[in-house]
Amino acid sequence: MAGTTLVPPGRQHKRTVSDQQKRRELALQRQKQGRRDLQHHARQLALSALNEVGDVSGEQEEEPAVYELNVPRAASENVAADYNEQDDTEASMEDAERSPGSKRKTLLEGANLKGLRAREFFARQLMLPEWMVDIPSYLKKDWFVMPRPEGQRCLVISANGITLSRQRNGRILHSFPSALPNGARTKEVAAGSHVYCILDCIFHEPDKTYYVIDMMCWRGYSLFDCTAEFRFFWMTTKLAETGALGAPSAHHHYQFSVVPVYECNVAALQAVYSGPVPFQRDGILFYNRHALYELGLTPLVVVWKDAQCSQYLLDTDSQGNVPTYQQVVLELRSDGSVVTCDDPPVIFGTLAPEFLEQNARHLKPGMLIRFAIGDQGLSLVEGKPVVADIHFEGIANKNRARRADSCTKILFQYAARHGALTINDIVAAIETSDEEGDTSMG
Amino acid sequence: MALEVTQILLNAQSPDGTVRKIAEDNLKQYQEQNLSAFLVSLSHELANDDKPPESRRLAGLILKNSLDAKESSRKHELVTRWVALDSTVKAQIKPALSQTLSSMVADARHTAAQVIAKIAAIELPQGDWPELVGSLLANMGGPQVEQPSHLKQATLEALGYVCEEVSAEILAQEQVNSILTAVVQGMNSSETSNDVRLAATHALYNALDFAQTNFENDMERDYIMRMVCEATLSPDVRVRQAAFECLVSIGSTYYDKLAPYIQDIFAITSKAVKEDEEPVALQAIEFWSSICDEEIEIQEDYNVDFSGDSEVPYFQFIKQALPALVPMLLETLTKQEEDQDLDEGAWNLSMAGGTCLGLVARAVGDDIVPLVMPFVEQNVSNPLDWRCREAATYAFGSILEGPSLDKLTPLVNLALNFMLSAMKDVNNHVKDTTAWTLGRIFEFLHGPSLEPPVITPTNLPLIIAVLLESINDTPNVAEKVCGAIYFLAQGYEDGGQSSTPLSPYFPKILEALLAATAREDSVDSRLRTCAYETLNEVVRISTDDTAPIVVQLVPVIMEKLNQTLEMAVLSSDDREKQIELQALLCGVLQVIIQKLGASELTKYGVVQFADQMMGLFLRVFACRSATVHEEAMLAIGALAYATGAEFGKYMSEFYRYLEMGLQNFEEYQVCAVTVGVVGDICRALDEKVLPYCDGIMTQLLKDLSSNQLHRSVKPPIFSCFGDIALAIGEHFEKYLIYAMPMLQGAAELSAQPTAGDDEMTDYSNQLRSGILEAYSGIFQGFKSNKADLMAPYAAHILQFIENVYQDKDRDDVVTKAAIGVMGDLADTLGANAAALFQCTVFYKDFLDECISSDDQQLKETAEWAQGTITRILSG
Repeated sequence: MAGTTLVPPGRQHKRTVSDQQKRRELALQRQKQGRRDLQHHARQLALSALNEVGDVSGEQEEEPAVYELNVPRAASENVAADYNEQDDTEASMEDAERSPGSKRKTLLEGANLKGLRAREFFARQLMLPEWMVDIPSYLKKDWFVMPRPEGQRCLVISANGITLSRQRNGRILHSFPSALPNGARTKEVAAGSHVYCILDCIFHEPDKTYYVIDMMCWRGYSLFDCTAEFRFFWMTTKLAETGALGAPSAHHHYQFSVVPVYECNVAALQAVYSGPVPFQRDGILFYNRHALYELGLTPLVVVWKDAQCSQYLLDTDSQGNVPTYQQVVLELRSDGSVVTCDDPPVIFGTLAPEFLEQNARHLKPGMLIRFAIGDQGLSLVEGKPVVADIHFEGIANKNRARRADSCTKILFQYAARHGALTINDIVAAIETSDEEGDTSMG
Repeated sequence: MALEVTQILLNAQSPDGTVRKIAEDNLKQYQEQNLSAFLVSLSHELANDDKPPESRRLAGLILKNSLDAKESSRKHELVTRWVALDSTVKAQIKPALSQTLSSMVADARHTAAQVIAKIAAIELPQGDWPELVGSLLANMGGPQVEQPSHLKQATLEALGYVCEEVSAEILAQEQVNSILTAVVQGMNSSETSNDVRLAATHALYNALDFAQTNFENDMERDYIMRMVCEATLSPDVRVRQAAFECLVSIGSTYYDKLAPYIQDIFAITSKAVKEDEEPVALQAIEFWSSICDEEIEIQEDYNVDFSGDSEVPYFQFIKQALPALVPMLLETLTKQEEDQDLDEGAWNLSMAGGTCLGLVARAVGDDIVPLVMPFVEQNVSNPLDWRCREAATYAFGSILEGPSLDKLTPLVNLALNFMLSAMKDVNNHVKDTTAWTLGRIFEFLHGPSLEPPVITPTNLPLIIAVLLESINDTPNVAEKVCGAIYFLAQGYEDGGQSSTPLSPYFPKILEALLAATAREDSVDSRLRTCAYETLNEVVRISTDDTAPIVVQLVPVIMEKLNQTLEMAVLSSDDREKQIELQALLCGVLQVIIQKLGASELTKYGVVQFADQMMGLFLRVFACRSATVHEEAMLAIGALAYATGAEFGKYMSEFYRYLEMGLQNFEEYQVCAVTVGVVGDICRALDEKVLPYCDGIMTQLLKDLSSNQLHRSVKPPIFSCFGDIALAIGEHFEKYLIYAMPMLQGAAELSAQPTAGDDEMTDYSNQLRSGILEAYSGIFQGFKSNKADLMAPYAAHILQFIENVYQDKDRDDVVTKAAIGVMGDLADTLGANAAALFQCTVFYKDFLDECISSDDQQLKETAEWAQGTITRILSG
């Protein structure tokens, strides 16, 4: 009879594996988790903003020093044994972890989450320049140039009647009233919560001034998707319309200044390089005029410096001394290769399997490792290192380095030690670029 | 004017293809030119006893197919067409059908009964054809009128089909009463025709759902039950089988009414199991399986809801019957057939008995152990009879789910070594069942939290050795061995450590599983599927130390997937095999991507292959024109999750398949999976998904408005709105005027009372959590730049949250989502929402309830919401 009889619905003889439903369910779980993380993240950001506004406005008056305003950072006990770099954009991530405080934790949890959104209550990440290791084409036609003030890179957000400046890790530098739109509670009409501004600034300690180098939002209008050209136009005209560029007052605690931006010609370059500026200069920034405001490293903004326009050309150790050999921080991957933080990562070398095996207890994939670049140096093909004579120095202090160095940073530092691009090279490039322009027109 | 259709109908069944083709074309032509005349001619053909049975049968079949179709839109079309027919046409067709019920030709009667039911299914719900039931009942005769039995038989058939086609609320209680009376009379043992009794018993089976009121009445119920029990003693095996089918159905539909009859039913069923022919015995066993189902479900409900006021009484029938039921089932176990393990469709006494024994164990727990163990001990090592050894092993394996660990662990500790050695038994069945039993041991008695562990560092090496040797056995044994490995691995899930005890064996296990997938003889059995699925589970439990081995698996699986694309596909059978294999391989890749992608440390291992994998998935899609591959879609979702923003570069090529997936109403699982993948892509691409959003939103809105799409897909679509809004932020503005009415409509739907219907309650909760996730995403997305856009909807949304709050059936997921949206609303609208909260009372109670919750996540969200609301109220 068997075979002709139908198995009753729902009955199974010797049921074994059925994995498909499990696959579907696990995929759903992953999706739900992703959604929860994002929502949770958005709410945590708002919550931490809320709490810190309350806390900071109380403490600010008495003890501003608690926020470590000293920039460039002096050697501190915490990092005494470690090697110090002066590039604030690269280093500021680390501050949060060095300073105690429970609210840091919420923010750091946020840092582990995926899919960070730029246009939330505050932007956690800034656009980061690559280092100039070769000169971009069409410098004159497509690029702007500006002097970079020395100081703490930060976001300035004016909203809900208060202005907050946040370092790259989201930590509050200052909380203060300002003449930016919705930046202070005044007797006049309170602006709605949709009126707010986000500026990209460098806080220059000596004259306690926020130097505005970029603008991401103005009165709730987003400029992220606008070209640099448009942003700079907006930045100079709109800021001038408010009282923000005026002297400090009861309702405007800090001075704001717009960093002058020029089209990249020889005269402008000279002015930016050595002309008079009201601040301590730390290199020169080049902006591609078509570049949108993108988060993270971008080749469309480039920084260059030499010893004349910056105190901090070469990385120093914690004592302020330049080490004999260039130091780099790279990330170890599971296959033993060590890579930069670029996307995609650039491989600088591979640790010998025996070495990894010997130190398997200490060296785990994902770790950051400090290397010295040896006498053989770097060999480059098309701007990518093909051979790097790197020597293991030790595990990078976890509290110091949150991520590996970028490729261009390493190359720039290398070049700075071995014959870098000079201001004359750049001037020459502009002049050539000039001719290119002429040829194309003819 | 009637058409002459006999010859054409005969030709349409001709073995000569040309003749057949012409006839089919003619029929089609008639149908298109004059549908009314065509249908009337067919009904006359069916009714005319002078016509050949073959033409009559086809006439009936075409009639039936003119009234109903499987596909819902086609069905709707046919129904509309019938309703639109002139009433004079219907007035010719219906009497012809009724007349056919008295035909001497059995086939014609049977077809007419079916057609009548199809017309009834259209007309009765609209209040048409009111005389139908009366005229059918008249066919059954009465005290003074004796009707011929062939008419009664066909009439009972028609009544049964009518009950099957129309839903219970369509018929008036009077009509139900009359039908049941007629049916039960037909079942009466005084009825001399077995055909009539059989038709009546079948009809009762279909009418049971209508009999709610009658089962409430003791006298009527007693009468129906007596008739059913008497029918189980009929001399005709078909009637006995049909009667037991009725009992099975009564067992699950009217469990709460069974108490007075259960002893008699036990006597009847155990007699049938012991003595009757197999089809009858199988139904008798099925009765007890269905009672187990009921009692397991009641116990699960009790466990969930400790209130103890369940509406269904718990009679513990199984526990009471246990001393007699278990020996009866054990006896069936030695009635195995040779080679039953090789036939996937097989179902016989020993299979049914063992399956029922497993359900009994779940229903009664510990009590079954002392009743089964003596049988196991007595038979498991019987050297002479494999049937005894297999039956004993099967019995042991069957009771491993249900009884407590305290009871089972000592037994399993004693049995494990024996089972491992039994993998070398001379008999294939014994090995098959032994491997299955090992799998059950690992499934139910092995896991991270189980103390003391059954699997120890001492016995693990032997277990692995035996499994890896036996995986080379015959395909059916090897399949069960894979299952055992699957559950062995599953026990190490959620370990959270950097290594598992299986780590040292990883390379060998993967190698053995891959070898099993590659076996020539695995293709036609479940072995290959099972081996791949086990591979998935092993990947899932990989840890830091074994991740590199999993990485090495990626190119291997990719190569296999590549090979499926090169397969020669000559027949639909080949195509099916190709698709099946692709599903398995995409499944493996999905699991690997998700596993390695979840950790920053291992992500690179899989992301490095992203381009190649994506290329393969796109080619897999290209293999099928009409639909997309569900497993490939899932794998792509996992890939988007792992690669993040990098996924953008695949979008232009992938997009059309995404759209195709969203358009797949028929295979709603594919549609559901695709909706989930849209969410993955939103999270991966963030605002870069914007260029694709017009297309995606259009499709999602279409999906929501479709009646064809399975309703279970709709809640995830709302969640997906939230994903999109969160990704594209202010750009969601242009979709708002379409999305909000949908959300508000769904909110109203979800507020409808569910009347204690668990399925509706579940659905309502899913719908609400989808709606709330959409609101969360939209609020958070608009917060920066477009907060004011949501102001007009705020009152409605707060009202919706209040409705959710007041609903006692809301589940935890909904609660969490609702409190979150309340916070999002306050956070986004800021001062604009202050007035709204000021004139609302419920939110404080809701916050208090959530803040005092033990669920940390809920507590945190509620505290956040409270802080936000306080801020706007004080500001």
